[in-house]
Order: sequence, then structure tokens, then C-alpha cells
Amino acid sequence: MIKGNFIDNLPRVYGIYTGGFLAFIIIMAIAEQMGMTAKAIGICFVAFTVAIYAIIGYLSRTAQADAYYVAGRQVPTVFNGMATAADWMSGASFVAMAGGIYFKGYGYMALLVGWTGGYVLVASLLAPYLRKFGCYTVPDFIGTRYGGNLSRFLAVVVLTVASFTYVTAQINATGTIASVALDIPFQYAVYVGLVSILLCSMLGGMRGVTWTQVAQYIVLIIAYLLPVFWISNKMGAGFFPHFMLADEVARIADLESQFGLGTVTNSAADLATVPKGLAGITKAHSAVNATPWAFISLALAMMMGTASLPHVMMRYFTTPSVKAARKSVGWSLFFIFLLYSSAPMLATLSKLSLIDPNLATGIIGKSISEVQAIDWYQNWNQANLMFVSDFNGNGTLELNEFFMGGKAVVLATPEIAGLPYVISGLVAAGGMAAAMSTADGLILAIANALSHDLYYKIIDPKAETAKRLVVARVLLVVIGFAGATIAAMEIQGILGSVIWAFDFAMSGLFFPLVLGVWWKRANREGAIAGMALGLASGMGYLIWVRNGGSGFLGITQLTFGIFGSAVSLVSMVVVSLITSEPDAATQKMVDEVRVPSGKSILGKQH
Amino acid sequence: MSKQAQHWEKTRGLLIVTLAIWFVFSIGIFLFGAEMESVGGPFGYPLTYWFTCQGSLGIFVILIFWFANRQEKIDEEFGFSEKGDD
Repeated sequence: MIKGNFIDNLPRVYGIYTGGFLAFIIIMAIAEQMGMTAKAIGICFVAFTVAIYAIIGYLSRTAQADAYYVAGRQVPTVFNGMATAADWMSGASFVAMAGGIYFKGYGYMALLVGWTGGYVLVASLLAPYLRKFGCYTVPDFIGTRYGGNLSRFLAVVVLTVASFTYVTAQINATGTIASVALDIPFQYAVYVGLVSILLCSMLGGMRGVTWTQVAQYIVLIIAYLLPVFWISNKMGAGFFPHFMLADEVARIADLESQFGLGTVTNSAADLATVPKGLAGITKAHSAVNATPWAFISLALAMMMGTASLPHVMMRYFTTPSVKAARKSVGWSLFFIFLLYSSAPMLATLSKLSLIDPNLATGIIGKSISEVQAIDWYQNWNQANLMFVSDFNGNGTLELNEFFMGGKAVVLATPEIAGLPYVISGLVAAGGMAAAMSTADGLILAIANALSHDLYYKIIDPKAETAKRLVVARVLLVVIGFAGATIAAMEIQGILGSVIWAFDFAMSGLFFPLVLGVWWKRANREGAIAGMALGLASGMGYLIWVRNGGSGFLGITQLTFGIFGSAVSLVSMVVVSLITSEPDAATQKMVDEVRVPSGKSILGKQH
Repeated sequence: MSKQAQHWEKTRGLLIVTLAIWFVFSIGIFLFGAEMESVGGPFGYPLTYWFTCQGSLGIFVILIFWFANRQEKIDEEFGFSEKGDD
């Protein structure tokens, strides 16, 4: 399958794949009509898609360093865009984002702006220049631009801290979905998820991950958009929800005031009876409910974090040219936009289905016993994602008496809206694809940095290609297992750890990367200070706030990267200026990075 | 001024324009979130809501493609564009 003309055949290969997947959905729908159980459908969806990814991973096996590290630098623009979108959109984007919007409204939607706006920084400040550089990994750029093992090592440290924080959340998400779909305990499901992840990346490295990520994007986008369009049409809200939900958004605002949102509150004793992790609707759906700084600081942290996360940046090392790298960022964001612009629509449809008394699915205003008798309520109550309780004792369900887990917005809405179970199976496969693709990108980013930058460049520069790739694969497995072990302990929620990863990355890497291209005067001492002090101060701030510190300037534990990166910038500029300027060779290197034509700084094999 | 310095000056100019537009739609308008709320936006959504769930996001997509095309033109003008096609 992967032969010389594979690249030319890509549209056909993935066209057939998409058609095959749609046919599979139809077959499952027919099987459901013929009496296949919900559980069997769930297992089929997850097993079938994971098997396909594993086959792609096997077919992409390679023994060459540049294929393993950067997919041979021949991934076409649009396909790299799809792969980046899958790499980028994690279990958090797929499963948790619509839920966050559902519960927190405007204040949460700063993440939508942040996680898309960051790509403007990627395209204009970094991606094309790092592509011209010709590096295999992000620390490769830092180590060569600034020189010296210490700068390279610090970049590896920042990369590992940020990516590892992120990857445990993704393995956790694959475990959650595998445990629900396959009906096995979470502690084992985590390792099922891990094995699936490693199957994609072990043999083919970046090449394997690239082609599975494209396949995963196709699954996840179908799984996200199909229910949104279906529910909107079924509800009569409009055939193209994105342009037609204004009435529904206004209707929710009316219902909110009618039901006394914000005026009727629950006592602490009542709330204590609600299962952990579930929340009620306490924030307005579309109204502005956050201060400008709360919104902007979160968006800004996510944007700068986007531009510093190595697993995203390294996707642009795989394009054939600098020009293609720039365009590819645009395509990435386009494919991300398709899902992100749908999340608020899903949240709107989900909320309206549940709270509008005029709809058959609405439960607010019904009697408690009636709600408790509904099939889907019982299912999701058992899964610990839904809860009702008659706090005021009037026998009727009020808005403040209904509680739901954030994941339920994506996972349960199809069932609530009365869609066939096949859609729920599809959504499980989509969530699995989203979490797996991101986990693959992250584990590969860490393993590549450790094998290429730490092992090959610092410890054993004479190692042969075969040995380097063995080390890379061993590290991949070790990091995967370490991540799975920590994920199995369930320390931090999925979304919290994802946001921390952005803050860690921007604290340590944003300014050393950007100034490496845009400020010739930046030197090794400055970069070392920027990385070390940036990461240390960001981490210090997080620990301080977590332990009851009050924080300052409204910087919270979700936006500590703003403090970390400010320290990083100041220390990098000050230290660079008080030490001597970079030598002539380095300055010439920066000049060459700034023009697209000519040879890359690092050779094809390095 | 050398060809390379001129090329970089234009590139930097494009960067400033791009980042200015980026700043307006990622940060600037959200300083006035509460003020824009009562204004009707496209498709009948409240304006602030529309920007957060479609407007800004879509503008970023267009902005990146626009930036990429402008940068290619600058590279071609100074003969720094790559040979061959992607």
C-alpha cells in the first residue's frame, strides 16, 4: 500500500476509506434494526476502527531515520492539515468541550478562541522557519540555534513536562471510552487504550502516526458532525445548525429567566447529596458572564501554549516545503474549525432538548418520578453522569434540581434526542480516535526528543541509525506505560491537565522559540535563562496557587503560563543583553532560516 | 540595503499587520464583550456569542491563508521562493 506512488494516490485511498467507514455505519444501523444489542454495536465500532489504525500503522513501518522522525518530509498540505487537526483535537476537545460550554457558557468559550487563535502565531511566527531549519524535533532547533548541550537538554525537559502532563489525560480518555464501549474495568481499559495507541506509532514512527491520524480525523469529524446535524433536523431547529440556531439560543435565554436561573440556588447540604463530578446549570448560556481579563487571559494563555506545544509544531516538519508548511497551518485550522464551531451548537441543542418543556424530550417541569422512569435517564444515572433530586419537595423537577456530568453532553445527547444507538457507537469511536491521535502525537514527541536529542545528540553521537530507532521505540513503550500507570491513578481531570500542559509549554518554550527566529541578538545564555526560569516560575506559581496562594493580577492555576512566560521573556532579554552576542556563524544561520529558498540548516540525515 | 535585508523588512511588516488583525479578533473585541452583547450579530446571534463560536475562529482561518499568500508573494518578489511545487 505504501509504495512510491502512495502519495499521489492519497485522495483515492482515503476516499475509499471514508466510503468504507460510511458503509460500516450503515451496516451497523441495519444490524441494530435486526436486533443487535447496544453493547455489541459499541464493541464493533471501537474494535473495527482500532483494527484499521493498527493495519495502517503496520503498513507504514520503516527503518529510516527521516521517515521515522518526520515522515520523509513528503506529507501533502491538506493531508498534513487533517493529521494536525486529529493530533490537536484531543479527548478533551471531543468529549469535554461541548460539556464545558453547556455548563460555563461565555467564560469557557475563551478556550474556543484560544485554541484556534494560536494557529495564527504558529503560521506567522514559527512553523515556516522551523521547517526551513530542517530539524527532527523542537529541542533540535533550540540545541542548534543556541548551541550547547544544556540548552538542548532544557528544551527536552520543558517538552517532557508539558507533553507528559497532556498525555496522561489522553490515555485516561482512551481508557474511559474503552471501558464503556468494551464493558471492562477502567484499570484494564487504560492498557487496552495504550496498546491501541502504540500499535499506530511503534513501527512507523511519525510516518505511521501521520497516516493513522488522517484516518482518525475522518472518523472523529463524521462522529461529531453527524449527530449535530441529525439532532438539529429532528428537532426542527434548522437543517444547517451553525447558521440557524439563533432562535434556539434566544429561547434558552428566555427559559433561563423563566426557571429562575441565578435566583433559585441550592443549599450546601442539598448540594452535598449530588454525586461527585456532576453539575447543574448555574451560568447563562450565551450571555457574557466573565470579566474581560478572565476571558482574555485564558484565551491568551491557550494561544501562546498552542504555539509552544512540540507535538503540534513537529507536524509542520513533515511538509515538503516551507511554503507548504504555511498553507498547511491554514488547513489545520480549517479542519479544527469544523469541529470547534459545532461544539457550541451541540451544547445549545443538548440544553434545549433537556430543558424546553415544549419539546417531547424536555424534562424540566415534569414530575420527578416520571423523569426517573425514562430509559436514558436510568442508563446515564447508572453510569454516574446524571442525577435528579427533589430538593424543594414539590414533586416537580426544577432547573436547579437536575445535574449532569460534562461528558454526557457529547455522549448522551444522541440518546436523549432519540437517535438510534448506532450513533452512540459512532460517537464512542470518534472519541477514541480523538484521544488516540493526540496521545500518539504526544508520546512520539517525547520519545523522539529523548531518543534524538538526549540519546543521540548528547549521550552517544556515534550511534547508528538502526540502534537509534531501537532506542526510540523502546522509549515509546516505556513512556506509554508510564503515562498509562499514572492515568490509571486518576489524579487530575482530563480538562485540567490539558490546560496545564499549555501553560507549561508556553512558560518554558514560547519566547526561546520565537526569539530564536525573530531576534538575532538572542544567545545561548539568554535561552537557558528563559527556559529554566520560565518553567520554574510557572511551576512555582501553580504550586503556590494550588496550596492556597492568592495569586496576583487575576492569574489563576489555569493561566499560570502568563506569569511563567513573562518571567521567561524578561530573563531571556536581560541575560542575552548582558552577555556577548552570538557568533557570526549563528547569525548567518538565522539569516538563512529567514528565507525559504536554499538548503535547510540541518541535513536530511542528521 | 541588501536584498535579504529588504526581504526581511517586508516580512516583518507583514507579520505586524497579521498580528494586529489577530490581536483585534482574539483580544481587542473581547474587552468589549459586555457592550457588544446587546448588538445583533450575523444569523441573528448576539454579537459577542457569534464572535466566540464562529466569527473569530473563521477570521483566523481566513487570516492564515491570506498571510500565507502574501508571504509567498514577498518571497517571489525577492527570488527567495522555493523551486518546485508542493
